Amino acid sequence: MSVKITIGAINKKHGSSKEYKTGGWRTMCPEVDLEKCISCYKCYDYCPDAAIKKTEDGIEIDLDYCKGCGICGNECPVKAIIMVKEEK
Amino acid sequence: MGEQKSLTIKGNMATALGAKLCRPNVVPAYPITPSTLFPEKMSEFIADGELDASMINVESEHSAMSACIGASATGARVVTASASQGVALMHEMLFIASGMRLPIVMAVGNRALSAPINIWCDHQDTIASRDSGWLQFYAENNQEGLDLMINAFRIAEDDRVLLPVMVGIDAFVLTHTIEGVDVPAQEDVDNFLPTYDPKQGTLNPKEPATFGSFAPPEFYQEFKQAQTQAIEDSRSVIDEVFDDYAERFGRQYNKVSTFECDDADIILLTMGSMSGTAREAVRKMRKDGKKVGLAKLTVFRPFPMPELKDILGDAKGVAVIERNISPGFGGAVFAELGATFVNEKDRPIMKNFITGLGGRDIFIENFEEMYQKTKDAVEASKVEEPVEWINMNEEVTR
Repeated sequence: MSVKITIGAINKKHGSSKEYKTGGWRTMCPEVDLEKCISCYKCYDYCPDAAIKKTEDGIEIDLDYCKGCGICGNECPVKAIIMVKEEK
Repeated sequence: MGEQKSLTIKGNMATALGAKLCRPNVVPAYPITPSTLFPEKMSEFIADGELDASMINVESEHSAMSACIGASATGARVVTASASQGVALMHEMLFIASGMRLPIVMAVGNRALSAPINIWCDHQDTIASRDSGWLQFYAENNQEGLDLMINAFRIAEDDRVLLPVMVGIDAFVLTHTIEGVDVPAQEDVDNFLPTYDPKQGTLNPKEPATFGSFAPPEFYQEFKQAQTQAIEDSRSVIDEVFDDYAERFGRQYNKVSTFECDDADIILLTMGSMSGTAREAVRKMRKDGKKVGLAKLTVFRPFPMPELKDILGDAKGVAVIERNISPGFGGAVFAELGATFVNEKDRPIMKNFITGLGGRDIFIENFEEMYQKTKDAVEASKVEEPVEWINMNEEVTR
């Protein structure tokens, strides 16, 4: 990918922070067992990065932004989220 | 060409008049000794209808520089002034101004830093801002103060540069001393200095953009290299602008100016107002048959390595005389001059003299002493004490 830098780091593109995927910082990755999920959405409430979406089946984790902090797994009352080491 | 008007004015008035002739749009400033007269004069010009600009009265120097950054990003021409603790308080914002590539010009009344508190002449304040990415010019007298302000805007705003500039005038020795100054006509400065045209974009609510935006590790280094390249590119722009100014206004500036250097064995290297006394000392020593010259640094950033190599390379000894001290090493110019010659096989003996701190006067006999010490080192072919303090008060004990 070729990137042209601007004088004084001026960025005229709107909403471009969406293009900056911060999930790359992660070392531990959450794995969700939707069979166990009771849709209490505690993980959704506690995620400090708003990386968890509510879905019809329960939840979905946006790995583009999840930093792997593990708070969701810690808060889950039915242990439906476990943290596993991410291989890169 | 209009006629230049001869005025007898203080250094602060000279830098203020120089700034006014550049028609700044915004003047954010906070008063501090010895620069207070600058914002006072600018607000008078505005109140009297002589200058169409907005004066922003802020609550600190940190805010002054923050307001300069915001105003400059809108495409306004911005000027401010400060000194000593004020420049220190701005420190954080100085890096942002240069990183955002904003051509702000600041007149600094060079003054010592506390503690102990001292309001007098010393270069420590701007030297401590050396790595902030600003260009730094130092004036020898009030005329240079005025001229360098006008040159500073044109260099700062050049598309090849786009960086802020500080112009140093020595506390009290210049800021509060009345000298004769030739002031160019407004129309001639208008012709010399085009309107600031920021092609890179401006802060504008109709076209929102992020300025100085986030750069993660993949990009930060490239931004810093681009900024560093701009200050490298400023070297030829400075020469070009100084030459054009000389052609139009009859006063030639150089990054390093010389006096009696051609056949000199020993050269005194100075910065700021001490250069006037040093020149008299050189005249006196020349009458006594001593082969001594003077090189005066007008531009400290970018550091004029090629010019200094050329001017000092054939001398036997160089006395680097400084009104600043980096505790644990020596003077800043000495460090950089040493580095300038580090890969040269033939280089002069270099000695560093720290003097004139906190307004201590530097007399002709002090320059004679520094010449002699450098000559002794040349004759002995060794430097036993690279950094020496000169003109110490012998009545003080500790």
